[in-house]
Amino acid sequence: MAKTNIVAKTGNEAMAEAMRQINPDVVAAYPITPATEIVQIFAGYVADGVVDTEFVPVESEHSAMSACIGSSAAGGRTMTGTSSQGLALMAEMLFIAAGLRLPIVLADVNRTLSSPINIHCDHSDTMMIRDAGWVQIFSENAQEAYDNMIQAVRIAETARVPVIVTTDGFIISHGMERIEILDDQEVKKFVGEYKPKDYLLNFDKIVTLGALDLTDYYFEHKRQQIEALRNSKPVILDTAKDFAEKFGRSYGLFEKYKLDDAELAIVAMGSTAGTAKVAIDELRDKGMKVGLLKPRVFRPFPKEEIAEALKGMKAIAVMDRSDAMTGHEGPLCLEIKAALYDKGINKTLVNYIYGLGGREIRLDEIEAVYKDLADAARGKPQENVNYLGVRE
Amino acid sequence: MIEKKTKPGWKTLPEGDVIAGGGTAQEFKTGDWRSKRPIFIPEKCIHCLTCWVYCPDSAIMVKDGKVIGYDYDHCKGCGICEHECPVKGKAITMSLEREAKPECKEGGKK
Repeated sequence: MAKTNIVAKTGNEAMAEAMRQINPDVVAAYPITPATEIVQIFAGYVADGVVDTEFVPVESEHSAMSACIGSSAAGGRTMTGTSSQGLALMAEMLFIAAGLRLPIVLADVNRTLSSPINIHCDHSDTMMIRDAGWVQIFSENAQEAYDNMIQAVRIAETARVPVIVTTDGFIISHGMERIEILDDQEVKKFVGEYKPKDYLLNFDKIVTLGALDLTDYYFEHKRQQIEALRNSKPVILDTAKDFAEKFGRSYGLFEKYKLDDAELAIVAMGSTAGTAKVAIDELRDKGMKVGLLKPRVFRPFPKEEIAEALKGMKAIAVMDRSDAMTGHEGPLCLEIKAALYDKGINKTLVNYIYGLGGREIRLDEIEAVYKDLADAARGKPQENVNYLGVRE
Repeated sequence: MIEKKTKPGWKTLPEGDVIAGGGTAQEFKTGDWRSKRPIFIPEKCIHCLTCWVYCPDSAIMVKDGKVIGYDYDHCKGCGICEHECPVKGKAITMSLEREAKPECKEGGKK
């Protein structure tokens, strides 16, 4: 097994460390709380000459993603970082990056969207751009954020789709944890040398990129993009397999925690999954058959696999740390419901909207959700959508 | 339906809106929606090539340092050539496309 270095790092420091080891050709970024540190620390590496990266300090996130698109189109390995309003300001360019099939990697720290203005964690920002055509990977802690960043480079460049790796604002981004850092050379070997297929600075094979694409070609290009997203799934799994073989930490499309023999399941993404695991251990000690399904990859959504994993449950609670303003369920819950429907699985399924604007989610609240589920499994009617932790 | 068959489908089309090769604008005929066309008056032209410099579509055809006519496949009829022509009385005048067509057969490419 490859040697590792055990250190104490925050989520932001861990992501910046991964970026140092990846040593991309270009990073174009604009600071925003709580993601600022990622590119701030990385800018320090550039200033100190420990990376070869061209750092482009731009005037907005729209410009940051525009510069990343230019750099990636030119043939450079390109990364950036942002959060919340910054991600929203990038939105237009995120769709363009994906449509042009540019393998940019973005470190995104989940933070809510204004208004009301708030700098704390929820998943509204990442959910807002879920249709942009980027692979979306959620991390539970700093270790996963670090590991996901390294894997993201290979996923993006193999599947030729851009990848967003997220952490939870402040909870992961500013919380210091014990993490294992890989050897510089091992990371270099794992991500490999970037060999773009078509790029603008290749004078031996001239190409035009991003031409006007009207009624006669746009649909075909979009169909290709849909296929590329689908095909990224095996790439994500292959990359995870190789990562596990080399470095010993296993990843999949989602993680199951004590789920296989469970009757009551919570589905939750990001840092809340860690809290749920503690609650599960406590409830298991009391004899409750409870488990967790933690989606790691939200795009492409692992529909069949998740439905398969949940089919044996008596009741399921889907935890949404954002509300899609549909007037009913949150975005993760809608995905899960669609997945179960297509498999003909009709289970008691309740949705909990929680943690908006960084409202903390406590162990007793998660335990209460499991108790609601136990009641639901016994036939007690439940609200379709519940707002966990909001004052009435 | 015929058009759908002759154009490449999503499985064969180059990915990511990539068009292979350079200079592909040459193949895209932009002259067909022109409403006005420049008419060349050779006896007035002093061959200063100001029109050649200003033309945004490289549609001024020049041979041996002299203007010989216009590339009507690509001229969009913007009229910058006429505006910039320094000759008194102009060596280029813009005419309505439908009126200009008969006189212009020898002025351009076709």
